[in-house]
Amino acid sequence: MQEVMLAMLAKEPSHGYELRARLRAALGPLGDSMNAGQVYVTLTRLEKAGLVASERSDPAPDRPDRKVYTLTPAGQQRVAGWLSEIGWPKPDLAEFHLKLVAAAAARLADPVALVDAQRRELLRRLREAQRAGMAEPDGSSAGLLLEGIVLRLQADLRWLEACERTWAARKGESGS
Amino acid sequence: MSQTGSISMVRAKGLRKEHGRASGLVRAVDGVDLDVAAAETVAVMGPSGCGKSTLLHLLSGLERPTGGEAWLAGKRIDRLSERAVARLRRHSVGFVFQAFHLMDELTAAENIEMPALLAGSSPRAARRRAAELLERVGLADRVKHLPSALSGGQRQRVAIARALANDPMVLMADEPTGNLDSAATVDVLRLFEELHLAGQTLVIVTHDARIAATADRLITMRDGVFVDETRLTGGSTGSLSALAGLGS
Repeated sequence: MQEVMLAMLAKEPSHGYELRARLRAALGPLGDSMNAGQVYVTLTRLEKAGLVASERSDPAPDRPDRKVYTLTPAGQQRVAGWLSEIGWPKPDLAEFHLKLVAAAAARLADPVALVDAQRRELLRRLREAQRAGMAEPDGSSAGLLLEGIVLRLQADLRWLEACERTWAARKGESGS
Repeated sequence: MSQTGSISMVRAKGLRKEHGRASGLVRAVDGVDLDVAAAETVAVMGPSGCGKSTLLHLLSGLERPTGGEAWLAGKRIDRLSERAVARLRRHSVGFVFQAFHLMDELTAAENIEMPALLAGSSPRAARRRAAELLERVGLADRVKHLPSALSGGQRQRVAIARALANDPMVLMADEPTGNLDSAATVDVLRLFEELHLAGQTLVIVTHDARIAATADRLITMRDGVFVDETRLTGGSTGSLSALAGLGS
């Protein structure tokens, strides 16, 4: 989140509430869970680290926070570094895979039943993400993010289909 | 449990369908119980060959079961005569196929008028209804287009409009997004969602998780039997932000 806030400040010096509004626009319903405090806590940390500087602006009557935050040269450098970084979250499939292997080997649980339970949960999430996505207007930033979630869930569900096929076949062979 | 009371639109009891004999015997549907309430959307998911299409044919009266009972809109259909089933089907069921099954030589509007005309509507009433339905599926500007001039998604939307022509009690769809790309799938999803909100009873068989996820209730079918059933409605998982990588 620190890098995100820095990058958002790169456009122009901003108030905390402006940053928050930009985040909300980009995240849509997904931004609802973020509280206002998070933005200010992050800004305070960044200021301590010397990545942003703040100064008081002319008081706006309806805004209690008057600080305007600016990137320092160190902050600009950090943003540039972050943008050129190639990071991608690692899919965590091995744990579930090993769960099925171990459950089957020890006859602790039916792998097919575990796959069913997992699929139920993913379908519930898919339903939720899909509905949230369909509620977004065409071309919305948040809609694009939700589309990414939907596509990932679809990929996971397809993998579960393959798991089900394989484990159901093994169960058949072992003659239960 | 349904919010609209206990009117059962589709019901199956011990429903069975067998093909072949002796060692070649295939139990396509092997003792299925099902109850679909009015205004409910139920999806049946399963790998190809699990019997889900056959099930839909039995429930809509397109095929006759080997055993068990099939009820449609409160009427038992497995014992009705061929003609009586055909009549009931015309008025009570709308069917959507994977491959659209539009008539190539008829325009979009004419395709939609057909079921109303067959059910005895006047040409004028049928035309009016078709225009209304094309509007509803977002294709008001495609009235005179032949299917060949429409995209896959548009063809399927015409097919859905046609399925709605006689205001069916139940809309049944067999793999409705099976031939569609991602964007066209979303159009069909939206349409099904709207129909659902309007109180249409829907039974969908599919292996597309996206369309299955629009259902209230999801049934998993394997080798002719229901092996899992789950309710997808109610209670947000609250994990959307986490799925996007937000939050702690």
